Amino acid sequence: MSSTHHVTTESKPVRLLLIAAAAFILGLFLLLPLVAVFAEALRRGWELFLASLKEEEAWSAVKLTLMAAGLSVPLNTLFGLSAAWLVTKFRFRGRAFLLSLIDLPFAVSPVIAGLVWVLLFGAHGWFGPWLAEHDIRIIFALPGIVIATVFVTFPFVARELIPLMESQGSDQEEAAVTLGAGGWRIFRSVTLPSIKWGLMYGVLLCNARAMGEFGAVSVVSGHIRGETNTLPLHIEVLYNEYQFSAAFACATILALLALVTLGIKSLVEHLSGHSSNGRH
Amino acid sequence: MSITIRSIHKTFGSYKALEDVSLDVPDGSLTALLGPSGSGKTTLLRIVAGLEFADDGPGKVLFHGEDVSGVPAGKRGVGFVFQHYALFKHMTVGENIGFGLTTLPRSNRPKKAEIGDRVRELLKLVKLEGLEKRRPHELSGGQRQRVALARALAIKPKVLLLDEPFGALDAQVRKDLRRWLRIFHDEIGLTTLFVTHDQEEALELADQVVVMRNARIEQVGSPQEIYDQPRSPFVYEFLGNVNKVALNEDSNQYIRPHEIEVCFAAEHDPASGRLAKIQHLFSAGPVATLTVRLDDGQFLDVELSRKQLDDLALDVGDEISLKLGSAAP
Amino acid sequence: MKRVLPGFGLTMGFTVAYLGLVVLIPLVALFIKAAGIGWHEWLEILTSPRVLAAAKLTFGASFCAALLSSVTGLLVAWVLVRYEFPGRRFLDGMVDLPFALPTAVAGITLTAIYAPNGWIGEHLAKHGIQAAYNPLGVFIALTFIGFPFVVRTLQPVMEDLGKEVEEAAATLGAGRWTVFWRVILPMLVPALITGFTLAFARAIGEYGSVVFISGNLPMKTEILPLLIVSQLEQFKYGAAAVIAAGMLIVSFALLFLINLLQRRLDWQHR
Repeated sequence: MSSTHHVTTESKPVRLLLIAAAAFILGLFLLLPLVAVFAEALRRGWELFLASLKEEEAWSAVKLTLMAAGLSVPLNTLFGLSAAWLVTKFRFRGRAFLLSLIDLPFAVSPVIAGLVWVLLFGAHGWFGPWLAEHDIRIIFALPGIVIATVFVTFPFVARELIPLMESQGSDQEEAAVTLGAGGWRIFRSVTLPSIKWGLMYGVLLCNARAMGEFGAVSVVSGHIRGETNTLPLHIEVLYNEYQFSAAFACATILALLALVTLGIKSLVEHLSGHSSNGRH
Repeated sequence: MSITIRSIHKTFGSYKALEDVSLDVPDGSLTALLGPSGSGKTTLLRIVAGLEFADDGPGKVLFHGEDVSGVPAGKRGVGFVFQHYALFKHMTVGENIGFGLTTLPRSNRPKKAEIGDRVRELLKLVKLEGLEKRRPHELSGGQRQRVALARALAIKPKVLLLDEPFGALDAQVRKDLRRWLRIFHDEIGLTTLFVTHDQEEALELADQVVVMRNARIEQVGSPQEIYDQPRSPFVYEFLGNVNKVALNEDSNQYIRPHEIEVCFAAEHDPASGRLAKIQHLFSAGPVATLTVRLDDGQFLDVELSRKQLDDLALDVGDEISLKLGSAAP
Repeated sequence: MKRVLPGFGLTMGFTVAYLGLVVLIPLVALFIKAAGIGWHEWLEILTSPRVLAAAKLTFGASFCAALLSSVTGLLVAWVLVRYEFPGRRFLDGMVDLPFALPTAVAGITLTAIYAPNGWIGEHLAKHGIQAAYNPLGVFIALTFIGFPFVVRTLQPVMEDLGKEVEEAAATLGAGRWTVFWRVILPMLVPALITGFTLAFARAIGEYGSVVFISGNLPMKTEILPLLIVSQLEQFKYGAAAVIAAGMLIVSFALLFLINLLQRRLDWQHR
């Protein structure tokens, strides 16, 4: 008997086989590591898990991480909004070049992103002697961690907003202009409401990356325990000292952050899919 | 308020969108900018609105004799209705219509209650009473169109500009809304300029039709003039059906299907008529269309009333004689 | 030139200033520092056996990982776009995990799984395969990192494919396999190359997820970013800058070449 499935899909056994293969790949590649984080963290029991989270050094790492993200995310959000407005609402010479500059950090290793700041502000860097004279610390201190984080995470908000605003066009903004609205008013009551979900996801992703950044921060922080160790760096220190359970306990915080980010992303897609993808 | 456009040029990169365009739109008129896509009509409309700026040079836009070329769109006092309406999706119908009033400087911004009254007044005007709390996605295409119109009118514009106002609607709604807009215009008397690529729409609706082609104005006149005295073959062909009859190698005659006189082959006069044979006959409706083949092999369309067709008792294959009238350019 | 929407000057000023301060000046500083070293030493540093070994591992493992990501990513994207099955939305959401999971966390977790006493490492060890602390481990970590790039680039293109062409091919007598091979796949090639390129570029620079699983043995499992860090720890700023500049030049050149290839393909399919 010939199969009766539609011409644009495969026969049922092939379909099931492919689904099983995809589920296997995703399970092995993605799900297993996620489960492993929690399994390793709880390997020696809840007590040790909670004790590791209560440790003072863990707390100061969390605080530093929050501070670094709290400074770099707003900056990058501001940049993302500004860059997205610039390249989607105007056409100008050098626009394509600007767009590729925004993508540049994707092709730069986080380690190099840290290195450049060391070369500028480190003890042997260009501004090193001047900074030392004025007793300003950038490298091996919070400012260094923030600028390194900014470098690595700055495209995220812009990358989320640019395609969104490009696809929405400028009709609504132009309508607002003919109705006499000024720049700030247009942005606040016309543009912002229609990009809020994309903006939210961009900020969230930027935040997840900022809190989780390792390579760049590792280069500029100097690994001073209780002072310049962010959460990912603290995890590294614990791991290298063979305190595996403690390392994984701290890792669960970041893994949960990742899960929350993904959860909100799915939610946002679900919500905005209903309001903006409707056929007119 | 009259609109005067003087020698406007507009280029996008190397593409010429408008070349030396001048036009007068009389006060209170309903004027159509008619042309195929790429003819520059929408660009012209956007320049009048201040949503686009003409190239540097002598080009000017005047409202009632006053140069507004340097006035930004928000201060020009134009009501602009976008092709796809550009309603603010996240606002209610009422908020959309009231938006222009809430952007006024605090000193002459009406109170909240007044804005509400004005919104309801406008909704009544566009026959959408009670839909104040709806959101744009809950409305039909025709309703959205009228909300966009009400929103544009809320700021008491000096001129009303519409970009393809019926382009996104289906045929029936289109016809109803067209009639409604004509009556509406006559009631409020606001100088109105609209863009369309549909010749029937332009002829039926407008007082004045501006035919555009390749960045230039081809002809300006009343619908009657444009239809009856087309100044170029392009206008002839663009407005309604037309037959192009080759007279000799480099001259053509243009004649509309209903202008051709039909008589029996027996009454044929070689001095004034041409012999032809009926190839196809379409007679559903009040007007019958014949496709005929001239003695030299050219095909023509001929329109007759049903009564004429019945009187002559014609059928496919019959020989007839056609009077094509005097040679027009 | 006059503009209709406001904010051109403001956003242009802010965007360019920000880009300049955060990206351009630091990168230019890096190249100036590297250029100040002199040709002779450049060559010496870049051709030292340790750098060459690290470069071979970095680019080789990244290439292979991006290749594997492309194949598995194609399969996963197809299943997620074309088939409806329970748990699809959940799996779809999971694809972004490597984007969101901090690299250090991914690093220690993958190490735990693939170490000789780990969940998978234990089974591999029985067959004499050592994954962690071996180039294989580097490859595994880089595949994890690059995988979502391929899936996320392919998905929207697959959604837009439209079934008409497939139906047309089917009416012309093509079997399903032929349709996929000769109609669908060629249309996906540009997106596949983009996904591959993104995964490749990301893998070359990857640090956090690799340093734990690789074991960091010079000449064997040391990757270029790690080599830069170790130069820095020895205060060899010049050498670090030279290696970094070399890496950037090679990856920019690769991206540029692949971009060119892509444009040609894109053009052919238009």
